[in-house]
Amino acid sequence: MSQFLPEFLQAYVPNTIQIFYLIATAFFILGIKRLISPATARSGNQLASFGMLLGVVVTLFDREIVSFEFIIAGVVLGALIGAVAAKKVQMTAMPEMVAIFNGFGGGASALVAWGEFSRLDSGLFESYALVTIGLSILIGSITFTGSFIAFGKLKGFINGGRIALPGQNLINLFLTIVALFLIGWFTVDPEYQIVFWSLFGLALLIGVFTVLPIGGADMPVVISLLNSYSGIAASMAGFVVGNNLLIISGALVGAAGLILTNIMCQAMNRKLLDVLFAAFGGEGVSTAGLDDDDKTVQKTFADDVAIQCSYAKKVVIVPGYGLAVAQAQHALKEVAGLLEGKGVEIKYGIHPVAGRMPGHMNVLLAEADVPYDQLYDMDEINPQFASTDVVLIIGANDVVNPAAQNSPGSPIYGMPILNVHEAKRTIVFKRSLSYGYAGIDNALFYSDTNQMFFGDAKKSLQELTGAIKDLN
Amino acid sequence: MEDLIFNLFIFVLASFVGFELISKVPPTLHTPLMSGANAISGITIIGALIIAGGSESVYAQWIGFTAIVFATINVVGGFMVTDRMLEMFKKKEDKE
Repeated sequence: MSQFLPEFLQAYVPNTIQIFYLIATAFFILGIKRLISPATARSGNQLASFGMLLGVVVTLFDREIVSFEFIIAGVVLGALIGAVAAKKVQMTAMPEMVAIFNGFGGGASALVAWGEFSRLDSGLFESYALVTIGLSILIGSITFTGSFIAFGKLKGFINGGRIALPGQNLINLFLTIVALFLIGWFTVDPEYQIVFWSLFGLALLIGVFTVLPIGGADMPVVISLLNSYSGIAASMAGFVVGNNLLIISGALVGAAGLILTNIMCQAMNRKLLDVLFAAFGGEGVSTAGLDDDDKTVQKTFADDVAIQCSYAKKVVIVPGYGLAVAQAQHALKEVAGLLEGKGVEIKYGIHPVAGRMPGHMNVLLAEADVPYDQLYDMDEINPQFASTDVVLIIGANDVVNPAAQNSPGSPIYGMPILNVHEAKRTIVFKRSLSYGYAGIDNALFYSDTNQMFFGDAKKSLQELTGAIKDLN
Repeated sequence: MEDLIFNLFIFVLASFVGFELISKVPPTLHTPLMSGANAISGITIIGALIIAGGSESVYAQWIGFTAIVFATINVVGGFMVTDRMLEMFKKKEDKE
């Protein structure tokens, strides 16, 4: 667009663009910084999106941009698809949505590298530029196909279990080495088209092969990791086109993804390498401790739960993904509201992996109008269980399993859990005594202080609502 | 080559800033954080604009066009869905 400017201004355009890029970077950093508190988070996101708009608009003044047909058509089409998807998506489907957006981002970075390579004479590139083109295509393509496989697994289009060829890990390792070798070859001999295309195809294949074997339960880790990849891919694309804004923003996102991946792994008691190279512990789990003869559970019903909760001073609610599956968030909010009306103190204790991605449960509860100051993270709520009268555990299982603390042989041993067993009374809302993701029994269910309220979470909560109302 | 070294400096320093920033975000906001960060990674749209708007070859322009579509889905969808989520986070007083 610079051709529309008066001539005496033209000389300033390149530097002005860079300065605006710097401002956009500042917006990104300040935007993320404002995500520290729910009170400022929304403005932070708006700040970041404004930074993006700024970056896009000033880029249009770049002298290299001379035609706008493709740009306008592409932006309109992309914005339309993105906006509709963002408006329509259900909050429970957020992990799929993030995965697919991520895939598009990674794919775009790979395309940018391809486009840059194909529009300029390959003799013009220095060898380090060719390396970054190769890396950009490799990482971007892995992100692209990997994200789509993750999307398919989360949606249930693809079997959520482990799908793998024999020796899959070795195959993946071999393919990755071949891909790196191809990048080297491409750097030396960029004119040789077949190397470029083999690299592209191989990268797409690696994305499929690395995500396909990973079980559904580990998908939150995979999504975080792919998020990181898409950032690194954008950064690499920045190296390719020589743009600092891309390098910086991509690095920020890459770091964010890595931290979240690490947090998810810790919360699930999984090592990243195990997630990537092995099946979830569910298969070979020992059945030790399943001598179920002497184990009895106490059953309870809505009327009884209503009385216990109404006369309690403090009730902590522990929601799990089962709550969201049953779409029972609103019913839960109603129960909580009634109890609050009776002067009961209500808090929500939320495990980091409740839901299907980090922080997912908080979003689902926020959607049901639960105020965020009632939502407590694991570290905040754990010291409070000893002074809690009743804990309502709804659709959660492994994250309240005391085996994580007291049985060293258990596959979840060492996983941080919510210490609900310290409370005076726990009531588990569950369909049956079936196992959670980890595929193990839960001693909490058989504890003297625990009662089971069997049934669909939504129906049980609705019964409970009625029972509390009847008490008046 | 100097370009590469300079860019590497920026890359490494920005990664450190990222680590510092993100590690302070509370678990409550991790989902919006992830989708917001995801939207920022759509910054690659800027590279796509330069390729689609260039005059060298129509072939490259088509690649750029596809890249723009992909990146715009990422940017617009990502920021909008994050906004939708964050809009729902409200304090107790705000509700009544």
